[in-house]
Amino acid sequence: MVEGKDRATLDHILTSCNGDKRALIAIMQKIQHEYRYLPRQALEYVAKKLGVSPAKIYSVATFYENFSLRPKGRYIVRVCDGTACHVRKSASILKTIREGLGLDKDKTTTDDMLFTVETVSCLGACGLSPVISINEQIFAEMTPEKALACLNKIREKEAGNYGKKREKIHL
Amino acid sequence: MNDNEMKTVKKEFMWVDGRRVELNGERNVLEVVRQAGVDLPTFCYHSELSVYGACRMCVVEDERGQILASCQTPPKDGLKVKTSTPKLQKHRKMILELLLSSHCRDCTTCPKNGKCLLQELAIRFSITGIRFNGESFKRHDLPIDNSSFSIVRNPNKCILCGDCVRMCAEVQNVGAIDFKGRGSGMMVSTAFGDPIIATDCVHCGQCAAVCPTGAITVKCDCPAVWKDLYDGDKQVIAQVAPAVRVAFGEEFGLVSGENVMGKIVAGLRMLGFDRVYDTSLGADLTVMEESAEFLERLRSKENLPLFTSCCPAWICFMEKRYPELKDLVSSCKSPMQMLGAVIKEHAKRHDVGDSKTIINVAIMPCTAKKFEAVREEFYRDGIADIDHVITTQELVKMFREAGIVFADLEPEAPDMPFGIHSGAGVIFGVTGGVSEAVIRRVAEDKSMEAILDIAYTGIRGLEGAKEAEVTVGDEKLKIAVVNGLKNIDEIIKKILAGEVHYDFIEAMACPGGCVGGGGQPFGLKPVKKSRSDGLYRADKLSQIRQSEENPLLAGLYKGVLRGRAKELLHVHY
Repeated sequence: MVEGKDRATLDHILTSCNGDKRALIAIMQKIQHEYRYLPRQALEYVAKKLGVSPAKIYSVATFYENFSLRPKGRYIVRVCDGTACHVRKSASILKTIREGLGLDKDKTTTDDMLFTVETVSCLGACGLSPVISINEQIFAEMTPEKALACLNKIREKEAGNYGKKREKIHL
Repeated sequence: MNDNEMKTVKKEFMWVDGRRVELNGERNVLEVVRQAGVDLPTFCYHSELSVYGACRMCVVEDERGQILASCQTPPKDGLKVKTSTPKLQKHRKMILELLLSSHCRDCTTCPKNGKCLLQELAIRFSITGIRFNGESFKRHDLPIDNSSFSIVRNPNKCILCGDCVRMCAEVQNVGAIDFKGRGSGMMVSTAFGDPIIATDCVHCGQCAAVCPTGAITVKCDCPAVWKDLYDGDKQVIAQVAPAVRVAFGEEFGLVSGENVMGKIVAGLRMLGFDRVYDTSLGADLTVMEESAEFLERLRSKENLPLFTSCCPAWICFMEKRYPELKDLVSSCKSPMQMLGAVIKEHAKRHDVGDSKTIINVAIMPCTAKKFEAVREEFYRDGIADIDHVITTQELVKMFREAGIVFADLEPEAPDMPFGIHSGAGVIFGVTGGVSEAVIRRVAEDKSMEAILDIAYTGIRGLEGAKEAEVTVGDEKLKIAVVNGLKNIDEIIKKILAGEVHYDFIEAMACPGGCVGGGGQPFGLKPVKKSRSDGLYRADKLSQIRQSEENPLLAGLYKGVLRGRAKELLHVHY
């Protein structure tokens, strides 16, 4: 059961959408924005409040690639694997990043919850290919080495201010 | 309008394979085509569910050579369709081949063997080879969900027609299962992939009833029954529910609705059952207890409306969704549990089993009864009142396995002392039956005319929700008869909102009541009407129409039940 602060957060999200079950996806997006993933208890709470079956919400959550039921890292690294990036060897970037972080296709988040690595079909920045995005920021004309350097930089910075609000990454 | 005035009625027609078919308010072209006598194949169309249009087997071709999914096309005056052209045949075969390419084709060991729609259509369309290698998409290692007492879910055999999902959500308003994922990774799943027993599932088994393949099947308890039948230290007793007798014959080529209780009794004895009793007697006990409870509540004006308690799926739904209504539900056990307790108590008292262990086997139209029987409330001193529950379909299997030629069986009567029932007891198997039986009991005018008149108060018929008004003493009582959990849910919401008032509510989870139970044989033809007609015929043929006139009851209340009715016939969930 959801209690205390989480309950207030969820109630706020629900009220902002008028508790309308047609706004389910918007509600789920807001929850994901808040927690960086969709916590099971939150979905169950929402199901009850909206009068939608938990199975239906689970169905929506698993249909869209963008929703995650597993906690994600503080930095979400998306490696673009669209056509333009693909032909300019995005695959080797992905491979290097995964190897560097000890991740694979099924294990996408590092144990320290710092990084989550995903692929994405196109970031719409084909002219800058190959690109990766870290949280909302786009990094252009990547190579495996440059990508790893980015991640290391983040890691160094995080080591210094553990627990603080994350900042923009300056490279 | 003057009666003599001439009226021109504009009739509308469609052409199916060159033959003219009159339109009579059919909802889609598929219904028109079937009306015209062509059995168009479908996986995903069920008249009581929303149109999904996923399987594309029901395609027809219009005049311009356009392919239409007939289930999704509204009928139109003058529309001309063909149901069988080279193009359509090719499409259908292709769909079947594609479905089969990724389907595990171990038909001979599948629980649905011989009943599988995919298998049937593969035969119908002469699929002799599959051109596509679906090996990489083939599902074979998805875990089988065995957690429920009532159903088994095997996602490896699912063709994603969505029938179960829509049945659970639209008719039952439970929504325990839905699609998960998409594309080739799509499957039917519970929320968060939990085992089905941990969800809101109420065990009604309607998902298994509509599943075309072996993806959801009724849990088979036959092996346990065979084991006990062959055990010399056990006395195995069968009880047969009312709805079983009017559906059982369908599986052996008899007309739906024909009462074959006599043949079932004979067959059960051939299988080795030591005694065969009739659950309708349990129903008579229920009528007695429930009526008394109802009159008492009317007198004290407390805990009204009274909800009936015969249907274990409804009880389960109530517990999960509306626990606050617990006190409104009758404290009566279901007829099966009442009779189970009475049989075991009677055997203990009279030592009829020569000190053998008594094994109670209930033959039910219902999958939720399997769950009811294992509830802890129905164990006394660590012993279950009902040891095994098998569905109509499972008993059919046992008859086949034993090589019983059903058509040749000479009907026999059930055993005493639990073999006589009233007409009121036997109509428990159809929606409205429990109410009618209770009204017969509480009515002051017991003349035959009055008894017959009850049938015309509006409580008969297969509609999802009905109302009736009866006068008892100087009070007008409002009765609601509801089947299908969605209808029940809606009525509860109205009651809680104070919009409606009832005194008595009969709640049955399955559409049509027990005749449409999840354990009954299912086919394409609508059989609920003929089955319910069969039960009302059985009522008419009974010399005894009211439960209180059942001569066995007096003996029971003086004997086994003396001072123990509360303990043996009532339950607190």
